[in-house]
Amino acid sequence: MKKSLKHRLAILSDAAKYDASCASSGTTKRDSSRSGGLGSTEGSGICHAYAPDGRCISLLKILLTNFCIYDCAYCINRSSSNVERARFSVEEVIWLTLEFYRRNYIEGLFLSSGIIRSSDYTMEEMVRIARDLRLKHNFQGYIHLKTIPDASAKLIEEAGLFADRLSINIELPTDAGVEAFAPQKHPANIRRSMGELKLKIDEAREPTLKTKRRKRFVPAGQSTQMIIGADATNDATILGTSARLYGGYQLRRVYYSAFSPIPDSSQHLPLIKPPLMREHRLYQADWLYRFYGFDIAEITHGRADGMLDLELDPKLAWALANRDRFPVDINRADKEMLLRVPGFGVKTVMSILTARRHKRLKMEDLARLKVSLKKVKAFIVADGHTPMNLLDRSDLKAMFMPRPEQLSLL
Amino acid sequence: MRIVIDRRGDFEEWRDSARHLLSAGIRPEAVEWLDRGGLGDDLFGADDAAPSVKTTLTVPRAFVDLAHIVVCHADLAAYAVLYRLLWRLQIERHLLSITTDPDVVRAHQMAKSVGRDSHKMKAFVRFKELPAVEGRNRRQFLAWFEPDHYIVGRTAGFFQRRFADMDWVIATPKGSASWDGDALTVSAQPACNPELVDDTDDLWRTYFANIFNPARLKVKMMQTEMPKKYWKNLPEADLIPDLIAGAEDRVRAMAAKPATTAPKFHYRIHKIKG
Repeated sequence: MKKSLKHRLAILSDAAKYDASCASSGTTKRDSSRSGGLGSTEGSGICHAYAPDGRCISLLKILLTNFCIYDCAYCINRSSSNVERARFSVEEVIWLTLEFYRRNYIEGLFLSSGIIRSSDYTMEEMVRIARDLRLKHNFQGYIHLKTIPDASAKLIEEAGLFADRLSINIELPTDAGVEAFAPQKHPANIRRSMGELKLKIDEAREPTLKTKRRKRFVPAGQSTQMIIGADATNDATILGTSARLYGGYQLRRVYYSAFSPIPDSSQHLPLIKPPLMREHRLYQADWLYRFYGFDIAEITHGRADGMLDLELDPKLAWALANRDRFPVDINRADKEMLLRVPGFGVKTVMSILTARRHKRLKMEDLARLKVSLKKVKAFIVADGHTPMNLLDRSDLKAMFMPRPEQLSLL
Repeated sequence: MRIVIDRRGDFEEWRDSARHLLSAGIRPEAVEWLDRGGLGDDLFGADDAAPSVKTTLTVPRAFVDLAHIVVCHADLAAYAVLYRLLWRLQIERHLLSITTDPDVVRAHQMAKSVGRDSHKMKAFVRFKELPAVEGRNRRQFLAWFEPDHYIVGRTAGFFQRRFADMDWVIATPKGSASWDGDALTVSAQPACNPELVDDTDDLWRTYFANIFNPARLKVKMMQTEMPKKYWKNLPEADLIPDLIAGAEDRVRAMAAKPATTAPKFHYRIHKIKG
């Protein structure tokens, strides 16, 4: 008997949850007021719900099918797994997307798939879904398609006309890791796909001579994901890989996914609690690299094993290791240095820069901006405040360490 | 001097009052702002006639933008904060640049709270489908939402731009908005919860339960972003306690399950002997 739509939705969303991305931001602004259709994107993404795992639910994140001819050890859908299999029709995915969207559950669709028959056959079905949503149903919401490794360039190009974002997972931070765990995937091919897509995106950004208009092509760019903790790669190597991806392929985001135990998992993988704190520290480091002017080497050189400190956030760890760069005078320092003060976010720095044109700033001013004075006081000079010899204290690090958990008598 | 507000969240009403007060030279601390809706009958007519003096005022554009947002705040103090800023701006032209000034900070905090509420409305409104209306080929939807602030008016445009091809109503205790394909109508009248059901909610609940990864429980994170006050109007939220309670057992069961042999098609595809 054919499985019900509800049953298949259960299987094919369960199969999709190991993909970390659910972003719906960063695409072009558009709406339906002129077209009279359905859907809009207004810049910032919207999380329509949160699951108890703390992850944002912004998109309908499903697989077209979880049948797969690949056997990637870390993947719940690998061919050697006994997980229950199911498949949606193209029409069913479209129906679910539109009906979910109309009830305001979602911002759009994030469609991925196991590989059936061939890469092109699978990719073609996915492109058909995106094309029909746009052209038949006048859908202006967000569409993210996961591109299938080795799909033909023509199909990727067509996908880019209808999708806001395309992504291909590099899966593991090193080539050796990919080869060991995903024998049918080839790191060089994955990089080639990313490179080709980058070129096409660049090309589309150039206004054409005739119309002076830019072609809409993957407006939210491409992203990727790598699994953390399935192999022994250290954080310095992981972040180095990210930096190359951001620099070389202009990826919008690199997602880190703490390796999470899966049902019926391969014996080659550790059955561990997902290293969530490590994942969090990697995201913080990634943020420092992209928005705070840090080099990857600066963030990771503090420890010989190339790992980030799990106890301290990477910005604080950097400041403690580079005390000669402090204290920073908040009334005089440049933006770059203000951004390096632990406890100052981008917004705080912008407020400081604006306010200090008109007055000299004191600690009370920072308190009003909701800055944690406890965290910043050792690192800054303000009107009426110098950190004394706080920076010379050998127990400074201990002051920032999380308090040991209280034990109580039973 | 007492000023009674008729339409909460209405920038024009605040501006007209504030203009009169300012031109009459009435100091901020001498003004008491009241809400007509919150007054008993005995206090009817409590407002002092606003002195009518016609003047034009110039203020920085940034103040106008800020005031449009702050005036939606549920705390009546928002009206006073805005008037105090307006008063001070007459002499301190750069006041808004002093981002650490207590009044400026307060206004920005209020604006942030309103902005967050508006964002949560965009996220957590849940439309339920109503039966088709005879002679109308557009589908009918209705949502019930409970915002903290008077934001229905400023957020309605988002839903119009997004849900152009369907008729919808968003009803809240702080007013409602509706769209019929031609006109967006906003009303300040408090509405009641229509208590509707929609069968598609069941599919959404299925999705919510299955996209959750029990090995990564982070309940606090979920609640910061989706505070409990919104749960009663979210069809998926009553699944949460059981998902949390069962998470640990599910992970343990996953680990305890003995390894299986691969299905036949695996051997077929990879041409290996089973």
